[in-house]
Amino acid sequence: MNSILEMENLGVVFSTESGDVPAVRGVSLRVEPGETLALVGESGSGKSTVALAALGLLPGNARASGGVSVGGTDVVGAGEAELARLRGRTASMVFQEPATALDPLTRIGKQIAEVVRNHRDVSRQEAAAEAVELLRRVGIPDPERRASAFPFQLSGGQRQRVVIAMAIANSPGLLVADEPTTALDVTVQAEILDLLRALAADSGTGVLLVTHNMGVVADFADRVAVMLEGEIVETGAVEDVLLRPTHEYTRRLLAAVPRLAVTGSGSGSGSVVGEEAEGAPVVELRDVSLQFGRGPRAVRALEEVSLTVRAGETVGLVGESGSGKSTAARVALGLVAPESGGVSLFGTDLRKARGRARRALLAGVGVVLQDPVASLDARMSVAECVAEPLRVHRRGMGAGERRERVAEVLELVRLPRELARRGPRELSGGQRQRVSLARALVLEPRLLVADEPTSALDVSVQQTVLEVITELQAELGFACLFVSHDLAVVQQFAGRVVVMRGGRVEEQGPTMSTLLHPETEYTRRLIAAVPVPDPVLQRQRRERRVALGTEAGA
Amino acid sequence: MSVQSAGRWGLVAQFPAPLIARFARNRLAVGGLLVVALFLLFCFVGPTLYSTDQIHTDLTQVNLHPSGSHWLGTDAVGHDELGRLMYGGKVSLLVGLAAGVLATVIGTLWGSIAGYAGGWVDAVMMRIVDAGIAIPALFILLVVSAITTPGVPGLIVILGLVSWLVPSRLVRAETLTLKRRDYVLTLRAIGGTHGRAIARHILPNSVSTIVVAATFQVADAILLVAYVSYLGLGVQPPSTDWGGMLSAGLTAAYSGRWWLIVPPGLAIILVVCAFNAIGDGLRDAFDVRGRG
Repeated sequence: MNSILEMENLGVVFSTESGDVPAVRGVSLRVEPGETLALVGESGSGKSTVALAALGLLPGNARASGGVSVGGTDVVGAGEAELARLRGRTASMVFQEPATALDPLTRIGKQIAEVVRNHRDVSRQEAAAEAVELLRRVGIPDPERRASAFPFQLSGGQRQRVVIAMAIANSPGLLVADEPTTALDVTVQAEILDLLRALAADSGTGVLLVTHNMGVVADFADRVAVMLEGEIVETGAVEDVLLRPTHEYTRRLLAAVPRLAVTGSGSGSGSVVGEEAEGAPVVELRDVSLQFGRGPRAVRALEEVSLTVRAGETVGLVGESGSGKSTAARVALGLVAPESGGVSLFGTDLRKARGRARRALLAGVGVVLQDPVASLDARMSVAECVAEPLRVHRRGMGAGERRERVAEVLELVRLPRELARRGPRELSGGQRQRVSLARALVLEPRLLVADEPTSALDVSVQQTVLEVITELQAELGFACLFVSHDLAVVQQFAGRVVVMRGGRVEEQGPTMSTLLHPETEYTRRLIAAVPVPDPVLQRQRRERRVALGTEAGA
Repeated sequence: MSVQSAGRWGLVAQFPAPLIARFARNRLAVGGLLVVALFLLFCFVGPTLYSTDQIHTDLTQVNLHPSGSHWLGTDAVGHDELGRLMYGGKVSLLVGLAAGVLATVIGTLWGSIAGYAGGWVDAVMMRIVDAGIAIPALFILLVVSAITTPGVPGLIVILGLVSWLVPSRLVRAETLTLKRRDYVLTLRAIGGTHGRAIARHILPNSVSTIVVAATFQVADAILLVAYVSYLGLGVQPPSTDWGGMLSAGLTAAYSGRWWLIVPPGLAIILVVCAFNAIGDGLRDAFDVRGRG
């Protein structure tokens, strides 16, 4: 059989100001027609570079060596004209971010028709008709009308469907998908993966799937290649690699992946079991409603949201994007004032506390936010970042004492004291998040609010950060409001869980019982959509989910 | 690397070495810096080496051609022209620099407060800026200086007051993005004051925008002083500046006494271009969006 993609000893070197940096070394792989090869690895492993090299899309400062052939055409040595004929025809690409992959000023039907006409000699009308047909194939409802929509009128999932429609417009033999579902919610991710799977099966397209998500791999791939520092360390069938990994790195990587327990006796693995938490409420939201904007364009962000975090417990706040989970956390912190309902922090009504009293109240709160880059002011040293809460709340503290306290908390989050003098720019993502955590803990808070603290990190780094938080919680006894979209992480980490949807609390309860035996249809669908990194189990789950979907649809 | 060595002092340097290297690669900007430095030396150190009487008129020495004793000749009341170029340059550069800095300071405060406060405070403050921009600065400048006949401090204040509008817009835009950064949210969530957020995070992170804006403001202010003085509304004799010298020499231009026109005109052009080149260089080095 002829491979649609063949890489032989591919090497890629980037020339930068500080010299040549090898990104990919000696990568050999092949994708057969109708087969999906997943390329997995952590950030910086070179997996995206390999994907770009497959289509000759490497940036100008990159030099490729070795052989890459797509459908028999040599890509490394090909000229720009030859590559242009190849791209979109023999091979095409689906990128991570559907919002930027489409031209915001062109109607989607026209964008798809353009791809058709780029490679085939058809009339405008024929191309337009074909665009509608493609939209229908990727599952856009009412395609005749939707063809004249602009990208901003579509949801993220629909946009990704349009991007896929463009990619398959000329029935390519090879589809390169670089993190095609990473920017999407899990329920949408499941739909997009179903779509890609169906398309690949129908037309015998070979797929090179680049992803960091082992669940997606288990759900979609036939074979897996694991990359580490620019080299492939293990290749094999998906069952072998995910269930019986041979390489040490693959084993470590898989061990770090948080797994959503889908069966079990119901005994909690969370740090505090829900029923036990009967301490005093640390933060309490009562029937909080909030809308953004005024008049007909107002968006209801929160509707009668009530939740409580008690002393010492961890509450996971989960939901898809736009569910209001981050907004609820911000209300709890007093950053956003609710329109109606009450918020009390440590038993005091936040709205009534002003000035000094409010500041004293807030001294008991620590905050860690999602973005490791934006969380630390790049103009400050690590020591200054961590010391900031001390400067706000412990004004009388001397410089020496402050330095000592900063060193203490840095060690608490398992960072060396010497890091204090560095700038945030010199740190890795995981180190930065630990600095953020140190800053949050420097005042010994009674409540830690963590808004997606690990979702920008690689799994192995995520694991360390979560471990540090868990250990410190046992040691220092703070309560934690943990906002996350990742159900597996929440299951591991939180004693109680609050599921939000469209600004409302859908259901809440002890993590284990809620996530294993959800009471509402929505939570059930949410859980069913999470891919687990076990190909055999995932296949069963998928079949059950599809059955669930047809039942609900019928 | 440079960042590491800067970190030794506990602070990440405001102007790390890569920035200087990037600036140094811009030939035009380095040239501009050199020109400004030379003019500063010329105006402020020059008079000690080439001393002339710029207070008293000397009617025995009027309208002399350039010669060994008067390198650039003399003007219609007997002042040495080269000495006058230094003397006037002091006023031009001083007023330009001070007014540019003053405008930037006012604009920075105004813009950062408006951007940070948001809502109706922002709306009111920025409509004031819009209204100010709608009235030509030169017009206000001429009216005010015609009424008050200002001295050097007066000119600085007036120029500062008419030219803070553009920097205030730039800083407001910068503030709008910075105040949503996670580190500002984190600070506010633990009870940090607004003042602290502005002083410790927003302004330091706007430094690049502010410095670039200030450089362009200085160039503009030097030009504006020249306008005002050219129309006879600037500093009054015996004091003068380059614009005033141009004005005084205007009649002489028709009688071939080029040395009264060309040197101050050239000085203005060179200094203004130099400041603009520095601003361009800084903007590229900082990689911020400035004007143009």
